[in-house]
Amino acid sequence: MSQNPKHVLDHFNLFREPEYVEMFENKKKNFENPPPQDKVAEIVEWTKTQEYRELNFKREALTVNPAKACQPLGAVFAALGFEETMPFVHGSQGCVAYYRSHLSRHFKEPASCVSSSMTEDAAVFGGLNNMVDGLANTYAMYKPKMIAVSTTCMAEVIGDDLNAFIKNAKEKGSVPQEYDVPFAHTPAFVGSHITGFDNALKGIMEHFWAGRERQENDTLNIVMGFDGYSVGNIREMKRILFEMGVSAFILSDTSDVFDTPTDGTFRMYMGGTRLEDMKKALDSKATVSFQEYNTPKSLEYAASLGQKTRAFHYPIGIRGTDRWLMALSELSGKPIPDSLRLERGRLVDAVADSTSHIHGKKFALYGDPDPMLGLAEFLMELGAEPVHVLATNGGKDWGEKMNALFASSPYGTGCHAWPGRDLWHMRSLLFTEPVDFLIGNTYGKYLERDTGTPLIRIGFPIFDRHHHHRYPTVGYQGAMNVLVKLLDKIFDEMDKNTNVPSKTDYSYDIIR
Amino acid sequence: MSQNIEEAKKIIAEVLSVYPEKTRKKREKHLNVFEEGKSDCGVKSNIKTVPGVMTIRGCAYAGSKGVVWGPIKDMIHISHGPVGCGQYSWAARRNYYIGTTGVDSFVTMQFTSDFQEKDIVFGGDKKLEKIMDEIQELFPLNKGITVQSECPIGLIGDDIEAVSKKKSKEYGGKTIVPVRCEGFRGVSQSLGHHIANDTIRDWVFDKAAGKEIETTPYDVAIIGDYNIGGDAWSSRILLEEMGLRVVAQWSGDGTLEELVNTPKVKLNVLHCYRSMNYISRHMEEKYGIPWVEYNFFGPTKIAESLRKIAGFFDDTIKENTEKVIAKYEALTKATIEKFRPRLEGKTVMLFVGGLRPRHVIGAYEDLGMNVVGTGYEFGHNDDYQRTTHYVKDGTIIYDDVTGYEFEKFVEALKPDLVASGIKEKYVFQKMGYPFRQMHSWDYSGPYHGYDGFAIFARDMDMAINNPVWQMAKAPF
Repeated sequence: MSQNPKHVLDHFNLFREPEYVEMFENKKKNFENPPPQDKVAEIVEWTKTQEYRELNFKREALTVNPAKACQPLGAVFAALGFEETMPFVHGSQGCVAYYRSHLSRHFKEPASCVSSSMTEDAAVFGGLNNMVDGLANTYAMYKPKMIAVSTTCMAEVIGDDLNAFIKNAKEKGSVPQEYDVPFAHTPAFVGSHITGFDNALKGIMEHFWAGRERQENDTLNIVMGFDGYSVGNIREMKRILFEMGVSAFILSDTSDVFDTPTDGTFRMYMGGTRLEDMKKALDSKATVSFQEYNTPKSLEYAASLGQKTRAFHYPIGIRGTDRWLMALSELSGKPIPDSLRLERGRLVDAVADSTSHIHGKKFALYGDPDPMLGLAEFLMELGAEPVHVLATNGGKDWGEKMNALFASSPYGTGCHAWPGRDLWHMRSLLFTEPVDFLIGNTYGKYLERDTGTPLIRIGFPIFDRHHHHRYPTVGYQGAMNVLVKLLDKIFDEMDKNTNVPSKTDYSYDIIR
Repeated sequence: MSQNIEEAKKIIAEVLSVYPEKTRKKREKHLNVFEEGKSDCGVKSNIKTVPGVMTIRGCAYAGSKGVVWGPIKDMIHISHGPVGCGQYSWAARRNYYIGTTGVDSFVTMQFTSDFQEKDIVFGGDKKLEKIMDEIQELFPLNKGITVQSECPIGLIGDDIEAVSKKKSKEYGGKTIVPVRCEGFRGVSQSLGHHIANDTIRDWVFDKAAGKEIETTPYDVAIIGDYNIGGDAWSSRILLEEMGLRVVAQWSGDGTLEELVNTPKVKLNVLHCYRSMNYISRHMEEKYGIPWVEYNFFGPTKIAESLRKIAGFFDDTIKENTEKVIAKYEALTKATIEKFRPRLEGKTVMLFVGGLRPRHVIGAYEDLGMNVVGTGYEFGHNDDYQRTTHYVKDGTIIYDDVTGYEFEKFVEALKPDLVASGIKEKYVFQKMGYPFRQMHSWDYSGPYHGYDGFAIFARDMDMAINNPVWQMAKAPF
């Protein structure tokens, strides 16, 4: 017996005690009927080979460890970015439990969202009653200013018509006639979470903008898109806009929603794009998207009403931020102030100080299509090589854009884009064409374990490290944060590889 | 009626007043105050959730893939349908296991058919066949495959049973299990447990042949322990010390072989009654194997349970059991001596799933704490009946509690600790309440067994007596 209340042994160490180790061995030997040890070792080695990689890449039907989620998650995320808005997902209730858990595990914050809890009878007769009762209950209990409806795949397969259902519910008095209930159909079997964000945002735009006369003013609409760093990034973007004196609305602003204080009060609602502002945003001269693949339908809709539109691919780093700021400046007519010029200079200064440690390092990265373009560009600015860039929810056109980006820099030579692939493909890539570092979300830790490639956590979701979502990745300051994150891992690895006394520790330098 | 009970009833009435009439009538049946001496908790349960109320419940898929099947480590569990369900449940439940992931074990992987629109329109059976072929090629050491249906499967009329049979035959009788656990079935996770249990009966017991194992008079199977943070391990070790031979773990760190061999055991010991009573009853009926419920939370219930289990065996086991209890007495005593003075008299409100809304009460009481409110996410009437043995007079009972109700009950009762899930954690912490997740053990554990109790006690102390709660209010 090893447990001791004075120094409690957690699972980390408890199960390494001899009595447990022996128990595990006996369980395996006597009851599990495991494959022979040498067979396991053989397959382990086989999965590292080129032969396995080729078989792996021949997969047509099976997806293993994908780097994407489904539409409704993005729709819920977008809806949460509006003032006192309750996302309402029409369909099976388990989905909502999943979205809420997923968002809470990343942000370490509550994620409020309701379901219309459809069951078998609704599958047969449709979910109208669920919508009618559900809206009434949500309205009475949680008193939101707006209820934003989206769907799960169940409601989509049986073909529930949200527009008709919501009208019907209003007629039945579930919510007042003039009450805001925007909606979006968000089938999980089309696109991914970034598509859901787009559909939900477009639904809210249509709700507030359709059929109204536009009177253009100088304001800009900014859409940051689905972003695990929305807390840090939206605040940083607002600061930049303030520095520039640009009048702007952030469409879907989750920066406060996912960062409420612990002070004795639970705020179900905090911050978010004000509904009044969303109405006014029709008159803005332009809608600018930080993530093009995240917002095609929303931008198309804004353009159809006469707004200018611009779209970027998660522009971070030096040149990305330059282009972003210049676009804001051009659209708003406001010059980029010296304060931002100074920030830029400081970032270039930091890069110059550290670049020799990043130069020539090879990276593999995966994530959503836009952040992959932004990150890869930044890596090349640092003289690093983004050898494998993978987006499970990236299409052919994304692959072509990646290739064009690679072609624009000598550091892109020999780099590959992997649209539609998953992390089991990435595993093969890391074994057959190894790199120095891997950039990705929490699930990348399995790749780190299997292939030994050190993981730098940038992406969504990040479940096993805390609070990084509070620090921006955008703007010159954000680029600085990303730079430091890369450098910290590089230096840690350097130290880890040089710390064997009298063997390698001559390189265990105190100054790097 | 004591003042306590009257006050609690008033709180319930106040909470109910927010609802529209129709919903109020429904919800009032799920809320009650326990009165000493009654044979049940006086609440309705296992009923459809009212739409729009922010239920904490999940779905049948969560009950099958997430709970029952997912932890079986040497089989590959396909999340069959769109990508989301498998993604959100990927490795999130902390079902510990030992194995080479991706080679002979697959628990923390996400296998999905990633349905696209064309699969909905034309059906997914062809794709499923191909998926199985690809699994066979790339993961040759897998012992079997399960098909965990997501909502669309049952709606588009796919025949996953036919595909499973065909492929099983093609692969020489390989265990391939189609599970009809579409999320819209039933009212919660609970039906998913039942469906999953039934598929083990129909597609494993009746079909798969295991390696012949020798049997002994002391063979038992652990049923309904998902090895969260290693729970089944800190339980198994006690059963082995008693002299029992644990042939199978259902399903934490479990294997297909263990499932197959379970019908040969002498006794099934059942921890999570809710999720695995079905298969236990089946084994009793078909193979004559008795089953016994036990509770490994906290030393009082552990000792009681060890003796109860020993009661099924001969004197050797009974004597061993007394030795085991004696062996851990020092640890138990030291744990209680250290933590009880810091926790004495503290109150707890629970809202969890499975067995925990009642099972953990004894562990809190061992530390001098009182549970003042509890409820089940997906319990049935038999769970609430069993709960009467645990709760005290005046305890508020809330079935399938809504976000609104839970918040209001906590505000009214002001417990020293709220113990529930990830969706609730941050709500109550913002309100200034110490909180522990009682599904995932808040990334700690194990909590089962004597080794686990020390961790449980430490964690509750760490939550309740944490300095952070003194700082929630600014001094200015």
